Amino acid sequence: MNKNIKFIFDHSLLNYRFNDEHPFNQKRVILTKELLKESGQLTEDQIIPPRVASDDEIALIHDLAYIRAVKSANRMAQEDLIKFGIGTEDTPVFSNMHEAAAQIVGATLSAVEAVMIDGAQGAVNFAGGLHHGFKQKASGFCIYNDAAIAIKYIRKKFDLKVLYVDTDAHHGDGVQWAFYDDPKVCTFSIHETGRYLFPGTGNVNERGIKEGHGFSFNLPIDAFTQDESYISIYENALREIADFFQPDVIITQNGADSHFYDPLTHLSGSMAIYEKIPEVALEISKLYCDGKWIALGGGGYDIWRVVPRAWAQVWNVMKDEHPLHGDLPATWTLKWQKEAPVTLPLTWHDPVEEIPVIPRKIEIEEKNNGTLMNLLKYTNKKSGSTRIGM
Amino acid sequence: MHVEKIMNQNVITLGPSDSIEKAHQLLVNHKIRHIPIVNEDYCVIGIVSDRDIRDASPSILTNGPEKEVLGKEISTIMSSPVITAHPLDFVEEVARIFYDREIACLPVVSNEKLVGVITEKDLLYTLIQLTGTHVQGSHIEVKVPHRPGILPEVASVFGNRGVNISSVLVYPFNNDPDYKILVFRVQTMNPLPIIRDLRDAGYELMWPNNIPEPRL
Repeated sequence: MNKNIKFIFDHSLLNYRFNDEHPFNQKRVILTKELLKESGQLTEDQIIPPRVASDDEIALIHDLAYIRAVKSANRMAQEDLIKFGIGTEDTPVFSNMHEAAAQIVGATLSAVEAVMIDGAQGAVNFAGGLHHGFKQKASGFCIYNDAAIAIKYIRKKFDLKVLYVDTDAHHGDGVQWAFYDDPKVCTFSIHETGRYLFPGTGNVNERGIKEGHGFSFNLPIDAFTQDESYISIYENALREIADFFQPDVIITQNGADSHFYDPLTHLSGSMAIYEKIPEVALEISKLYCDGKWIALGGGGYDIWRVVPRAWAQVWNVMKDEHPLHGDLPATWTLKWQKEAPVTLPLTWHDPVEEIPVIPRKIEIEEKNNGTLMNLLKYTNKKSGSTRIGM
Repeated sequence: MHVEKIMNQNVITLGPSDSIEKAHQLLVNHKIRHIPIVNEDYCVIGIVSDRDIRDASPSILTNGPEKEVLGKEISTIMSSPVITAHPLDFVEEVARIFYDREIACLPVVSNEKLVGVITEKDLLYTLIQLTGTHVQGSHIEVKVPHRPGILPEVASVFGNRGVNISSVLVYPFNNDPDYKILVFRVQTMNPLPIIRDLRDAGYELMWPNNIPEPRL
């Protein structure tokens, strides 16, 4: 089966780099691309270079004053930048900041156009998914919110109903607030509870306002949540939400930072969740969207052991409808082990002995199930009885 | 923080001779729970709550002549005298009054005239602001010995890393008077350098607390 799917890539996407110590490292995209090539899953004709995003396109979401500040960040005083969230520890100034951030927006728009105009069934831009970007403020490593811009672009140009699914361990706040009053855009974010973790929002009772009330879904899960609980509530929630919303196109933000190796978060998923996440996304895209699915990247701070495998599985599922199993290509591991500060994995799965034992597992599952019930209480009469077995 | 900073100045009031029925409508229309009763000089002479009105209303199970009670004057059921606050009282004092007197609304009076109301809800909103959970941030808890100078010592770690603190709370540590828990909300998505610095300086972190294994 040769599905028409596209992988957006160009080395210019790696220019989005704050500094050498910064945890947000787009080398992840290269590692993913090479892993797929070595696995025989990605061919040159599937790779397309990103186009550039215009200022007008960026302004679909962001204020012009903010765009101007990003453009001239190198020449502006620290105190003038700070109100735009630039020049902080999280989003320090770097040279050609605007060009680098705009290139990522362009890449996401290229993915959208591949699907919406050129007839591809799916497209990925793993350099995108910068979901913390706000109208007039950078935050949480994100400058321009490519996901929100893409959604606005689809709304304007094609007038389709967009389902945005955010599986980053951090709440997808920038995208949520951008469409909080819009009933044609449904946002669903599953993330570690904001009690401890940035940004702190994403409570289950954030459901949208005005006409958009009931179209924002948040599933905050407990720290140390593991595969079983994660997968069961993610599947249940997404199927129910999609059935309620009946989307025309699905955009997924595939942040890969819910793994037990991730240094910035406290969830305890293994690679198993990164097989299931794209599988359910694919199912939804086939059921409601005639296959139209655009997948983006996002967070993910163990760039060696977690992110390449997680993102490669998104592509594998988009391509073959199922993830890969067994050994990783030895050529990939050999090549990158020289550079990696940690021991690279040998298989697509995590070996059982590496998966941590969580003493509070039962309590965590119970708590997450309660949150799921709360999430779905207005959505469907069916909820609680047939679908959500627990 | 002063009461005048958080009180509501657009107060809905009634005169003592207005009907209970009218009070009921105001509560429903404005989604409020308390109405101060004022005289012609705008002095507070009483207050009614939604519970007072409900107590005075006839049972929904009857439809007899009791309905007339709703036509009675509000002054017949209002609470009086009224506990009031001053615009320059502290919100902490108001919280204390709410807790001790088991009430949820205080008319705010200055120069004997009504100038505002403060409710339990206003107070909770202020509490949310104090915790810093309304702005983006990460949460760090440090267990420290209860001694002078400890707060600036710990806080300097954040300052040295150029990370802004949006709130600091000091909690008791269980019932141990020798320790406190400092809770910081800091404006960063990457607290790792701070966590490392705090650990290197010998502080014990309650969060992140490295269950199930050391990660840093």
